[in-house]
Amino acid sequence: MSILVIAEHDNSNLKPATLNTIAAGSEISPSVHLLVAGNSCQSVADECSAVEGVEKVLLADDVAYENQLAESIANLIKSASSDYTHILAPATTFGKNILPRLSALLDVQQISEIIEIISEDTFKRPIYAGSCIATVKSNDPIKVITVRATAFDPVNTSGGSATVDSISAEGLSDLSSFVGEEIAKTDRPELTAASIVISGGRGMQSGDNFHLLETIADKLGAAVGASRAAVDAGFVPNDYQVGQTGKIVAPDLYIAVGISGAIQHLAGMKDSKVIVAINKDEDAPIFQVADYGLVADLFDALPELSEKL
Amino acid sequence: MKIVVPIKRVVDYNVKVRPLGDQSDVDLNNVKMSMNPFCEIAIEEAVRLKEAGTATEVIAVTVGKKDSQEQLRTALALGADKAILIECEELLEPLSIAKVLSKVIEEEDPKLVILGKQAIDGDNNQTGQMLAALLNYAQATFASKVIIEDDVAVVTREIDGGLQTIKIKLPAIVTTDLRLNEPRYASLPNIMKAKKKELDIRPIEDLEIDVSSRTELLSVELPPERQAGIKVESVEELLNKLKTEAKVIS
Repeated sequence: MSILVIAEHDNSNLKPATLNTIAAGSEISPSVHLLVAGNSCQSVADECSAVEGVEKVLLADDVAYENQLAESIANLIKSASSDYTHILAPATTFGKNILPRLSALLDVQQISEIIEIISEDTFKRPIYAGSCIATVKSNDPIKVITVRATAFDPVNTSGGSATVDSISAEGLSDLSSFVGEEIAKTDRPELTAASIVISGGRGMQSGDNFHLLETIADKLGAAVGASRAAVDAGFVPNDYQVGQTGKIVAPDLYIAVGISGAIQHLAGMKDSKVIVAINKDEDAPIFQVADYGLVADLFDALPELSEKL
Repeated sequence: MKIVVPIKRVVDYNVKVRPLGDQSDVDLNNVKMSMNPFCEIAIEEAVRLKEAGTATEVIAVTVGKKDSQEQLRTALALGADKAILIECEELLEPLSIAKVLSKVIEEEDPKLVILGKQAIDGDNNQTGQMLAALLNYAQATFASKVIIEDDVAVVTREIDGGLQTIKIKLPAIVTTDLRLNEPRYASLPNIMKAKKKELDIRPIEDLEIDVSSRTELLSVELPPERQAGIKVESVEELLNKLKTEAKVIS
């Protein structure tokens, strides 16, 4: 019984969420294969062959896979699927885009964003933005699964010695084509991948005041987020939003500043390992989930925090 | 150009959902139900395309219980021209929903299908992509901008860390992300008018599709409770705790 993990990469480097997904796969079976589909991505395949726990790397190197558009990649995975009992991808925008398409091509009901593996066919996953945890058993012959990266510790990037087998392009589609990409140019980590996140709420009072958070973020190597209230007030763009309708994060440290702690927001961050809340209202619900609460005016606390770091 | 917008009735996003006493499922007794927020964005986008003269007709469709008529009425009040309910007493899985929708879409033959990227109950994020596969349509998921140009759509997608723009051949599937638009509120006169419009209601059996479940829900439980921690008195103390006790910063 072998498992296929779909590698997420940018044609030069493997994306870290793949390592967490391999870890999930290794819990199901010792035989984990990795599919690398891209263009001129031999270096990614080589990187993958050294990853702990990977038995074999399948490399589909074709100009058509440059941008990993869902139509062609789903067809490719389908053509390689017959040898596998489970097909896993990280529950990132990459995996979420491609896997349900594959799942329908295979006539299989996908299990999304698992956080725990109970057995080879039974998994735990959050529903209602994490308000409840469902235990779900799949009766399909092939299990198609996306994995919430934050729920599994990544495997090591070294120690493996997998073979790399080239496979040919299958089922290329011309339904969609790539036009362009605008990747936010910031030295800060991505919100969903950061080990530290500092977020601001309505208490920040303006978008300009977010520089107080940014200064601290840069000292900590953290990402900057926001509550929906701060986004709705126009302080920051929507892609900062942490919460049920925004991004779900689970960093080692989450610092909530001037955030009251609406259900909506808690749903997006309450799986963080350590939560710090800074708020001048001592009755704010955020303190009920915070490991460390500081009742203070953020305009006093933030400059002091920045200075002492 | 005809646009089909599949929508879903879900627990209102302000409701805190809990498991049933026997943990067999979530407790949906007497909770407020609404249209899924991402579906509202889908309706809004379709209606804007109609107002801009790009689309000629907007059809809302849902697969669900009789109660879902309420959300179809909302869709009509927001500007949909027609509404279809495929009535089904059981809760279907996304694959089955996609199969049912694909049948409706084959009949209606729209040029564009816009759906929410996910429903906030099951959080599956699957139906749009599955529907695209079943129809062999192009897909543009997590859209923050949609431009229609004759037989293609140019769609900007929200991906981790930024934006990606792709061109898709029509007919195609688009799923909505938050930044696509800000949905309007239905006006009272439009709500009244929507009440009088006729709904196209069909029993699911008429479609003759196998919608049997592939998965079993074994239990639903609360996540491990988070204990409130301690209050610290100063920034100094906070930093100390983070360094020596929690060891999350150095």
